[in-house]
Amino acid sequence: MSDLLLIFTDYTLRNVALGSAMLGVVGGVLGVFAVLRRQSLLGDVLAHAALPGICLAFILTGAKAPLILLVGGGLAGWLAAWLVLAVLRHSRLPEDSALGVMLSSFFGFGVALLTFIQHSNNASQAGLDQYIFGQAATIVASDVLNFTVLGGLALLTVGLFYKEFKLLAFDPAYAHSLGLPVRGLNTLLTSLTVLAVMVGLQTVGVVLMAAMLIAPAAAARQWTDRLGAMIGLSALFGALAGVSGALISATRENLPTGPLVVLSMSAILLVSLFFAPLRGLVWDWARTRQHRRRVYLERLLLDAHVLHAHGTLTPQSLAERRREPVAVALQNLEALRSLGWVQEHPQGFILTPTGEQKAHELEQAMRVLLHRVEGSS
Amino acid sequence: MNADLVIILTAILVSTASALVGSFLVLRRMALLSDAISHAVLPGIVLAYWLSGGERATLPALLGAAAAGLVTVVLVEWLTRTGRVKNDAAIGIVFPALFSLGVLAVSLFFRNVHLDMDAVLYGEIAYAPFNTLSLWGREVPESWLVMGSLTLLNLLFVLLFYKELKLATFDPGLAAALGFAPGALYYGLMTLVSFTSVGAFQSVGAILIVAFLIIPPATAYLLTQRLPVMLALAVGVGVVSSLAGYALAIWLDASIAGMMATVAGLCFALAFLFSPVEGYLTTRLRRERQRLEVAARLLVAHLAHHSQPVPEQEVLEEFGWNPRFLGQVREKALQAGWLEVVREGLRPTARGLAMSSAQLEPNP
Repeated sequence: MSDLLLIFTDYTLRNVALGSAMLGVVGGVLGVFAVLRRQSLLGDVLAHAALPGICLAFILTGAKAPLILLVGGGLAGWLAAWLVLAVLRHSRLPEDSALGVMLSSFFGFGVALLTFIQHSNNASQAGLDQYIFGQAATIVASDVLNFTVLGGLALLTVGLFYKEFKLLAFDPAYAHSLGLPVRGLNTLLTSLTVLAVMVGLQTVGVVLMAAMLIAPAAAARQWTDRLGAMIGLSALFGALAGVSGALISATRENLPTGPLVVLSMSAILLVSLFFAPLRGLVWDWARTRQHRRRVYLERLLLDAHVLHAHGTLTPQSLAERRREPVAVALQNLEALRSLGWVQEHPQGFILTPTGEQKAHELEQAMRVLLHRVEGSS
Repeated sequence: MNADLVIILTAILVSTASALVGSFLVLRRMALLSDAISHAVLPGIVLAYWLSGGERATLPALLGAAAAGLVTVVLVEWLTRTGRVKNDAAIGIVFPALFSLGVLAVSLFFRNVHLDMDAVLYGEIAYAPFNTLSLWGREVPESWLVMGSLTLLNLLFVLLFYKELKLATFDPGLAAALGFAPGALYYGLMTLVSFTSVGAFQSVGAILIVAFLIIPPATAYLLTQRLPVMLALAVGVGVVSSLAGYALAIWLDASIAGMMATVAGLCFALAFLFSPVEGYLTTRLRRERQRLEVAARLLVAHLAHHSQPVPEQEVLEEFGWNPRFLGQVREKALQAGWLEVVREGLRPTARGLAMSSAQLEPNP
């Protein structure tokens, strides 16, 4: 609790938390479109490709002002995205290879530039490598202002083009037939993703940025089928992960913020995957178990029904028919009895009227099913 | 031993081993899975490092990393199969989480020790000459031993299972129907990718190994449509980028692995632009040449209908061409000997007349 209060009093922590939250919101909102359009990993490429841009911006201007470096990174990311599209349009290389080639060659160039700067004894170079894994502790008030402007710009544009982006995400062919400039909108959406990456470079860095675009959206997807709600939830999850990552990293020394933000986000995603209403995997497993149990009991009842019709429903006859030990047959009969489908009888067991009724319904249903299968074949 | 030689041979071994398995990744559209594996190798190495009590032993690291790589593959597959997340998103979810765990563990437990973040990023190929083992009384660089055996392993895998790999890559359905166990082959390939990633981790770093795994095979993919040629070209591109990258890195005093990845990227750019099969510029050039050829034939056919030479101005009006294009077309026709320029204008030669009547004949 005292940590939570620190947000309002501790200058550094407040900035770090605000910056991470901002990243969570912007990444969450734009990630929704990336994930829905199956372009999740384009964000990964954009982020990795930002490294040489940051280094070049430093070499060319000699400035260490974060905004200039971020703009350099953004431009490089944008160039990489454009190159991926060009390669896809003009060659038969599969998409994943094109992404991988751009990611690794841009990142390799970035690493080469980074070491080149480090070895050229430039006194002010220290700190450029923070963009690789992020170093949230260096975020100051002016950075938060930058993030707000960049992120605000991205969010405002999403708001303005919400209808168009929605159509683009779900039915690009229809969007095209309506006369919407699909290619232009694609470029716009990619450029907005570049803005989101720029917001994240200082906090989580180029390597881990992909998680902040993909994970919030994937988590939000589990809770809702509506785009508006998904965007809201995604932003909320992203912000939550950002703030909790920042808080956890403040509890001890040597705890890097970026990985903690990503791990918080992964935790939220895991919870969503397992426990989200309707789509949650846990409910899925429970449902499957239930269905299995029901089918098992129904088949049991049908077996009992057949034996009952021949007048010999005893644990021994059931065991013989179902090729199972007598002890299991006894348990099965007990299960049927607790459902009120069979009852004890001097010569063993008999079906109750409810059991008869149920067995009759099942037979009827099976006959209909068989009829349909035969009819269709 | 000569330090340059150690580094260069290590780089050649890394690029050969990577190109061999990388080719199949590119062909099976699993290039980005290798990206995920190479990131996830980090927590595996950290775990092995921790279990072996802080010793930087190679064998535990290899096993730990291979396990981490397989965990990645299994996790991605499981996430995809739940149907809750698409495959690409699953990759983008799994590797940052695992990599974060690795970074966290490094900064919590191994701060200021041998296993630092620089090594993760840049690799330590420059230190390769200093890590030696004595083998049969001779000093041998450890990197030669590790990467040499990995290269051999990958080569054996590709040679022994060449037929199976080829079939499973291009027709997985048939491979399964013929009982080639594509699943086992798939996990075998993924294990080798993990092994190669961790072996190369020490030399080129966790992230840049992707450059060695994907870029040379992707470059080769643009240059040929035959599998054996692609494998050979991928190894060749990898070796050339390593050598050129090393030279550039020494010259500029920059990261060796980074420079190698950069040169590999440049090789890819060259192949994309100039590949004889389908290079961007080659295709455009071929189209331009065909356009001129068609125009020249059209021009000669038009002239053949006139008994007098036709002034260029008239041709321009007739076809609606601009003078520059006409100049190019005239040049083309002159080269082919279809046309001669006289004072009154353009006139077809005997050869041009023969060509134009031949092309007007209906095809037999």
